[in-house]
Amino acid sequence: MLKLSMAFSSVLNRKYLILCYLLFNLIPPLALAASMAAVEGGNTELGINEYDITAKKRPVDKSVVILGEKAEDTSTTDHSKLKELQGPFSSGPEVTKACLSCHNKAGHQFIKNKHWTWKVHIDKTGQDLGKSVLVNNFCTNAAGNEGMCAQCHAGYGMTDARTYDFKNEDNIDCLVCHESTGTYYKLPPSPGNKACAVMFEGKPKIDLTKVAQSVTLPGRSNCGACHFYGGGGDNVKHGDLSSVLFEPPKSVDVHMGVDGENFSCVICHVGEGHEWSGSRYEPIAKDTIGQGKPGLARQTATCESCHGLQPHPGNLMGLKLNDHTDRVACQTCHIPEYATGGVATKTHWDWRTAGKLKNGEGYREEGYIQGNGEPRHTYKSIKGNFKYGENLKPMYVWFNGTERYLTVHDKFDPAKPVEINHLEGSPDDPNSRIWPFKRMETIQPYDKGNNTLVYMHLWGNDPDAFWGNYDFARAIKHGMDDFQLPYSGDFNFVKTYSYWPVTHMVAPKEKALACKECHSKDGRLKDLEGMYIPGRDTNPWVEKIGIFAVLATLLGVLVHGLIRILFSRRRKAS
Amino acid sequence: MSLQKVKVFSRFERFWHWTQALLIVTLLFSGAGIHGFHQLVDFETMVWFHVISALDLMVLWTFAIFWHLTTGNWRHYMPTSNGLFKVLRYYAWGIFLGEDHPYRKRFWHKHNPLQALSYLALKLVLFPLLWLTGLAYLLYGFWGQGALTSGSLEWIATLHTIGAYAMAVFIIIHVYLLTTGHSTIEHIKPMITGYDEVDLSEAEEEYLEQDEPGRIIKDK
Repeated sequence: MLKLSMAFSSVLNRKYLILCYLLFNLIPPLALAASMAAVEGGNTELGINEYDITAKKRPVDKSVVILGEKAEDTSTTDHSKLKELQGPFSSGPEVTKACLSCHNKAGHQFIKNKHWTWKVHIDKTGQDLGKSVLVNNFCTNAAGNEGMCAQCHAGYGMTDARTYDFKNEDNIDCLVCHESTGTYYKLPPSPGNKACAVMFEGKPKIDLTKVAQSVTLPGRSNCGACHFYGGGGDNVKHGDLSSVLFEPPKSVDVHMGVDGENFSCVICHVGEGHEWSGSRYEPIAKDTIGQGKPGLARQTATCESCHGLQPHPGNLMGLKLNDHTDRVACQTCHIPEYATGGVATKTHWDWRTAGKLKNGEGYREEGYIQGNGEPRHTYKSIKGNFKYGENLKPMYVWFNGTERYLTVHDKFDPAKPVEINHLEGSPDDPNSRIWPFKRMETIQPYDKGNNTLVYMHLWGNDPDAFWGNYDFARAIKHGMDDFQLPYSGDFNFVKTYSYWPVTHMVAPKEKALACKECHSKDGRLKDLEGMYIPGRDTNPWVEKIGIFAVLATLLGVLVHGLIRILFSRRRKAS
Repeated sequence: MSLQKVKVFSRFERFWHWTQALLIVTLLFSGAGIHGFHQLVDFETMVWFHVISALDLMVLWTFAIFWHLTTGNWRHYMPTSNGLFKVLRYYAWGIFLGEDHPYRKRFWHKHNPLQALSYLALKLVLFPLLWLTGLAYLLYGFWGQGALTSGSLEWIATLHTIGAYAMAVFIIIHVYLLTTGHSTIEHIKPMITGYDEVDLSEAEEEYLEQDEPGRIIKDK
C-alpha cells in the first residue's frame, strides 16, 4: 500500500493525493478492501490509497427470499434463457432497457421509489426530506457531493440531483438490487480530484450479460452492498446494519442467521410494485393491527405483522410480557445490544481535527481493533477523529414514529447540543412506545452567523473541495453558494445528535432482556420519566413511613421483651 | 365454669392458618424483591411466586370465607369492649409483673378482645386492600391500552405497598406475642394439635361430653 501510495506521490500533486483515499467506502469490495488492508501494527499511515484490492467479489448469499419455498422452485422464468438477455451489453442502461422491455411497468414503479428519487415527503410533519436535501452528522451532506455519494443511488450517472433526469427510466440500475453473481459493482458517478483516478483503476470488467442473466429477488448481498456501509464504512451509521449480516450466525440475528432462518432483508421488508415496507423517516412505532386477517398479507416490516400483538406464550409470564407490548417496542427487550458480531459502529465524530497533514500529506490513524480483529481508523485527515463502539446498550426513548428533522434552513441554539432528528413521543401519548436507539454524537461545522447547519463541498475536481484542500471556509462557502443558501461567511463547530432506531440484529429469545434490566433502581430505564416501574420507583413518603413503622415495631417488641426479661429476673431474685 | 382442654381449632382452620402463613411469608419476600429491597432471586421468578402465592391465597380465602359463614365461626371475631382494657393493661404493665393473662378462652370467644379486634381489622381492611390492589395490579392488561404507564398504576402500587408494610408490622407483633404467656411452644401448640384450655360453662361441658366427646379431653 505504502509502495503504491509513494509511487503515485512521485507523479501526482500532493494535494490531489491527500484527497481521496478512503472517502465513502460504500461498496463492499471497496469496504472489504479497506478493512483487509490493515496496516501491520501500524497506527499512522501516510497517503490516500487503500483501494488496492478493489476487485474483490461481493459475498454471494443463499439467503431465503421467499418464505417457505426456494426461489428457484417457484420462479416461472429462467432469465438466462431469455433472448433479450443474451447480450452483448456495453452499458448498464442497455441492460435496463432489456429488463423494461418485458417488465414494462417496473420502470414507472421504480422512479417513484426513494432509492431513485432521494426525496420523501412526510405528511405528518409536512417536511421534505431525503438524501438529496438532508444534513446528517456523518459526512454531513450528499447534496452537492453526488459525484461520490450517488455511488449508492439506484441509478446510473447521477452527478447532480438537481439536473438529473428522474424521468429517464433507462438510467434505473436494476442490477445493483437484482443481480446474484457478486461480480457487479458501482463506482462514484464522477471522478473527483485527479488523484482519485486510482480508485477507478484496475477494476475487473463486469460481464454484463452474465450479470443480467443472474437476476433474482434481492438477497442480503444486494441490499447490504449499500445499507451495511452507510456513513462511509462498515456499520458506521446504523449500528445494527453491518457486514456481519451478510452471513450472520443466529446469535447475532435470529432471523437472518445462516444456521437459522437465513432470511434475506425482503422477508421482512415486504413490498409489491417496487415499493416496500420499513422506513427510518417514518417508522411504525406501534403496530395495532398485528398479523391482520387470515390470508391478508400485510405490507409492513413490523415485528407484529408476523408475530402478532400478543406474541408471548399463554402462560403467566407470557401474559405479563404481553401486557408490556402496548408500551414497550419488541426491539427494546429483544435487541439487548447492537453492533454485535465483531464489527464496530461509529459513536463519536469530531470534524474539528480534520485537515491535519503529515509531511504535507493527509493521513489516517488506526486506533481501534474491533471484535473480528480488524483495525478501524480513529483519525482521517479528510474527516477528523472518531470513536467506535461494539455490543452497545441502546438508549431508550418514548417514540411515536414521528421524527422532526433539522434541515439546512432551520435555525437552532448552538449553546445546546443540536438534534438532527428530534424524536417525538411521551408516556402520555398512547401511540408512543419505549424504543431503543443508537445516538450518534458529532461536532460538525455550522453557520455561526445564521445558526444553521451547512452544506460542505467535499467532493470535486476544484480548489474548494474539502477532500483535497482541507479548507472548511472554502468548502462551506462553495457548498452553501451552490444551493443559493444564506451563509454569513463565518463558521464554527456545534455538537449534534442523531438518533438511529435499533431494529435489526434481533437476538435469540434466550438473550432477550431479563426483567431486572429495567425493573431495578439502576436499570436501563433509570432516566425515563413519566411512569411507574415496579422495582425502580417508590413513593418516598410511603417508604419512609413504612420502613419507620416496621423498625419501630421491631424495636417496640424488642424493648417489651427486654423489660419482661428484666422484671422476671428481678422477681426471681427477690 | 371450669377450664377444660377443648379442640378449638378444627383441622380446616389449622390448615388454613399455616398455609396462609406460608403464602404470606412468600408474598412478603417476593414482594420485597419486586419492590427493589433485595435481588436474591430473579425478578421474573419473584413475580411468578408472588402471583401464584396470591392466587393460591385467594382460593384458600374463598374456602375460608365460606367456612366462616357456614359454621358460624365468624362469631369469634365480633368486636367487644368487654375486657379489652384489661388485656391492654396486661400487655402494657401486668405482663412485666408476672400477672396471669386476664382473659380465659370461652367456647364461642376463643380470642381475647384485643386479638379479635385486630384479626377483624386484618380480615376486613388489610386483606381486602391487598387483594383488590393486587388484583388490579395483576390485571392492568385488561384496563385497556396504555395502562402500564397510566398514573392509576402508581396509585395502586402505592396502596399495595402500604398494605404490605402493614402486613409486615402485623406479622412482627403476631410472632412476638407467641413468646408471651407460659412458653412459646404452649402458644403454638393449639394451632398444631387444635386443643387449648377453654373456660366452659356447665352446659357447654355437658354438650361436648354428650355430643362431641372427641373435642374435649377430661382429666382422668
